Amino acid sequence: MTSPEQVIQAVLADLPRHRGVVVDSPPGAGKSTLVVRAAAHIAATGEPLMIVAQTNEQVDDLVTRICERHPDLTVGRLSAGGYVPPLRLLELPGVTVGTRVQDLGDPDIVIATADKWAWISGRTWPWAIVDEAYQMRSDKLLRIAALFDRALFVGDPGQLDPFSIVDGDRWSGLSWDPLQSAVSVLLRHNPDLPVHRLPVSWRLPASAAPVVSRAFYPFTGFRAGTQPHERRLELSTGGMGTVHDRALEEAARSGWALLELPNRHTVRTDGEAVQAVAQLAARLLQRGAVASSEQGERPVTAERIAVGAAHRDQVAAIRNAGVPPEITVDTANRLQGREYDVTIVLHPLSGRRDATAFHLESGRLCVLASRHRHACVVVARAGIAELLDAHPSAEPVQLGVPVKFPDGWEANQAVLDHLAAHRV
Amino acid sequence: MSLLTSLARLRALEEGIAQPIATVRHCHLSERPMVLIPLRMSGEAAAPLAAMLGTRRDDPRLLVVTQPRNRDLRFAWTADLAAELLPYIGSFLAGTETVERKNADPYERVLDAPQILVPNQAGIAFVRLLGRSTRFRRADGPYPVPETVPLLGRWLTYFGERAAHPGSSLMTAATEELGRHWASGQSGLEDANLAALMAWITTGPSDDAEDPLVWPPAGPATDPGFDAEVLATAIEAGAAERITEALRGQLEPTWRLMWQAVDLLRGLPEGASVEQRWEQDRGSFSAMAAHIAEGAPPQARRDGAVAAASRLARMERAQAAYEVQRAYDDPLVMAEYRLTGEAFAGEVVETEPEHSEGEGRSRKLRPLVVVKTDDPVRLAPGTALGTPQRRAQGAQLVEARDGLVTVKITKGMGRGKTPAPGSVPEVGERVCYTSLTDDFQGSPALPEAEATPWTHGGPPREYTPSDEDALEEWS
Repeated sequence: MTSPEQVIQAVLADLPRHRGVVVDSPPGAGKSTLVVRAAAHIAATGEPLMIVAQTNEQVDDLVTRICERHPDLTVGRLSAGGYVPPLRLLELPGVTVGTRVQDLGDPDIVIATADKWAWISGRTWPWAIVDEAYQMRSDKLLRIAALFDRALFVGDPGQLDPFSIVDGDRWSGLSWDPLQSAVSVLLRHNPDLPVHRLPVSWRLPASAAPVVSRAFYPFTGFRAGTQPHERRLELSTGGMGTVHDRALEEAARSGWALLELPNRHTVRTDGEAVQAVAQLAARLLQRGAVASSEQGERPVTAERIAVGAAHRDQVAAIRNAGVPPEITVDTANRLQGREYDVTIVLHPLSGRRDATAFHLESGRLCVLASRHRHACVVVARAGIAELLDAHPSAEPVQLGVPVKFPDGWEANQAVLDHLAAHRV
Repeated sequence: MSLLTSLARLRALEEGIAQPIATVRHCHLSERPMVLIPLRMSGEAAAPLAAMLGTRRDDPRLLVVTQPRNRDLRFAWTADLAAELLPYIGSFLAGTETVERKNADPYERVLDAPQILVPNQAGIAFVRLLGRSTRFRRADGPYPVPETVPLLGRWLTYFGERAAHPGSSLMTAATEELGRHWASGQSGLEDANLAALMAWITTGPSDDAEDPLVWPPAGPATDPGFDAEVLATAIEAGAAERITEALRGQLEPTWRLMWQAVDLLRGLPEGASVEQRWEQDRGSFSAMAAHIAEGAPPQARRDGAVAAASRLARMERAQAAYEVQRAYDDPLVMAEYRLTGEAFAGEVVETEPEHSEGEGRSRKLRPLVVVKTDDPVRLAPGTALGTPQRRAQGAQLVEARDGLVTVKITKGMGRGKTPAPGSVPEVGERVCYTSLTDDFQGSPALPEAEATPWTHGGPPREYTPSDEDALEEWS
């Protein structure tokens, strides 16, 4: 088995040898660490570097990490006009914030979102790092590819594919289909580029890594970086035997819990399910969970809990149902790349009459089921397995489109199968 | 399908008649539309069999290929079609207006544009395929065709592609437009049958719509029974007259339905933003006409990397604008957003028209309005809002609790110390605010096609017309 360090060394060694290098990273496998390492490695050669991330939060996170790790590097953070940098960013030494490249002086590293980079022209960088490259649509890459000579693409192939509000069938099968991810288009045109894989998830506990790996990364796979006994979640107060309490106890014990509501077809903002999610979140705080891991022991505070759902109206409904305001409640799209101790998930297929491609997309469930360091509680109505059986994927097969793995239907079944053992 | 549409479908089923799901018409309807009903020979993708077309309901033109396996006859038919359609298209090129643009040269835009109406989505697909199979033909070289054929091919391609542009009315399918305004009690798939959908809207569902002897299919596919029993024997007998009359019988019922559909849509008042979208259609049509006049090559077989990205950006922009405009134009569409918490409507219960923020020179007028609403408001404080009642107005959500929503007006109330008359809603007025707004930023520039980067396969090869084009598979 290759160690993560060997992979990182191989990546750094490949950088000068190829025009592009791709690194696949399963959830929590140290992708950001790799980006920071590679950034410092390139900056040490004295050549300027540009970094592309997808959202402002990702950019800010990266800036913070780079400065903490390598305080000697100067970082320029490019932003759009309306952006207000968080205070923590302004306090960092060596960081300048500006809307134009000229305003930044001449920093070692310039970092911005892909959308912002698309407006930059008139200068090129010898090196680029593209973070979350699987979440980046290839048309965005097209707009910025002229800015750099060589690039390192880092991302998680199991997460959500980029999407569009319009029908893109007319381009399917084209090697430069603008709706495909930046990495798929890059690799179709440059099949000889090296692809590395990070083998270990530091985030997912030993209870989750095999499940997620089997369901969403069936061919590449990864393992947990910790042993089962290294991660413990304890509830410091006793329960009252309600279903919510029992679900939390099951999750604390095994790392997973499925709170199953009676089978029913409901509207998207299913009142009962929303209420259950909100109560679980509130109850988790009340019971004073304490998480102990290789990083030491700490209480599971509201900032360390996340609630995930598939649709924005579900998120709004859950928030209105009385979830403590410090707890993050968001859609799968926005939870990508984030990490929490405990997550509470409203299953995308809960209460539905049909299973559309949107709900079957494996990335959606993968994001929701792989944000936690300790435990994940899923709320769902009974009958999802039957629903899946009634809706095998029936998308038309397009010529020239590489088959995508894993199949969303299979991944959903695999996760359900595992959850069934933790049903409350 | 949204909640309201599902409800409308259930109600349609219960009451036995389609239910309106729009209060205004969201598509442009030309005074002189070209109704076109194409038929295809079964078994081939784009082998024309017949077409009925025309701009007047009492004067349909019928064009027939008496032996659809004969390619010469097919191209002769296409030339006949060109003789009908090209003069129609050309008749709109005479009257133009000059449009000034920011940071660009002014251009000429036609005052009115053609509009082609086909029965269904499959009709649009057939028109596009027909365009695809004719636009690379040439009047010289091997297998020459009349020179109007490739020209028509380019126009058909243009109309076919424009039909995929959200909110465009240059070529639309009757079933699509009807389905956007009425909900029937049948499935979306069944709605693609023009006769069935029209029955739901006018008299109520009837089994006749499924009977090819009463309502022959609206094309381009023909009824297999008709193919086997009538068409095949007539073609074998080589009886041109019989073939023509048989096909006329297949097409005439649909022709009547198409004009009935036009009447139905015309009965609805036009939505406020339809004019604006039609203006874009006119601009696009003018650009295409200029393109052809300059002698540019036919549209590429496939979009290149840059062309694909730029088309996608245009379509996404148009789709977003179309959705917002429909909601602003139509309270029934807005109701969908009120249900999901992205909009709310109610009565103004309190106003503070002279409220201001800041001190001294930076003092800004920010009138406050409190709206009482029963809608579930799921918007965060600080969300930018717009309102269909005052389209120039910009606002911001301050607070929402217990059915009372406080809104701060940030734009469109004048520059004075007091708001311009009428710009702030009065107490008692019914208003609607929504987080949908139609102000999108332009998209950043794409590289020139010749500068396609290495990540996307590098610069594409240039297209040069060759004799090989004529050898392409036609079926």
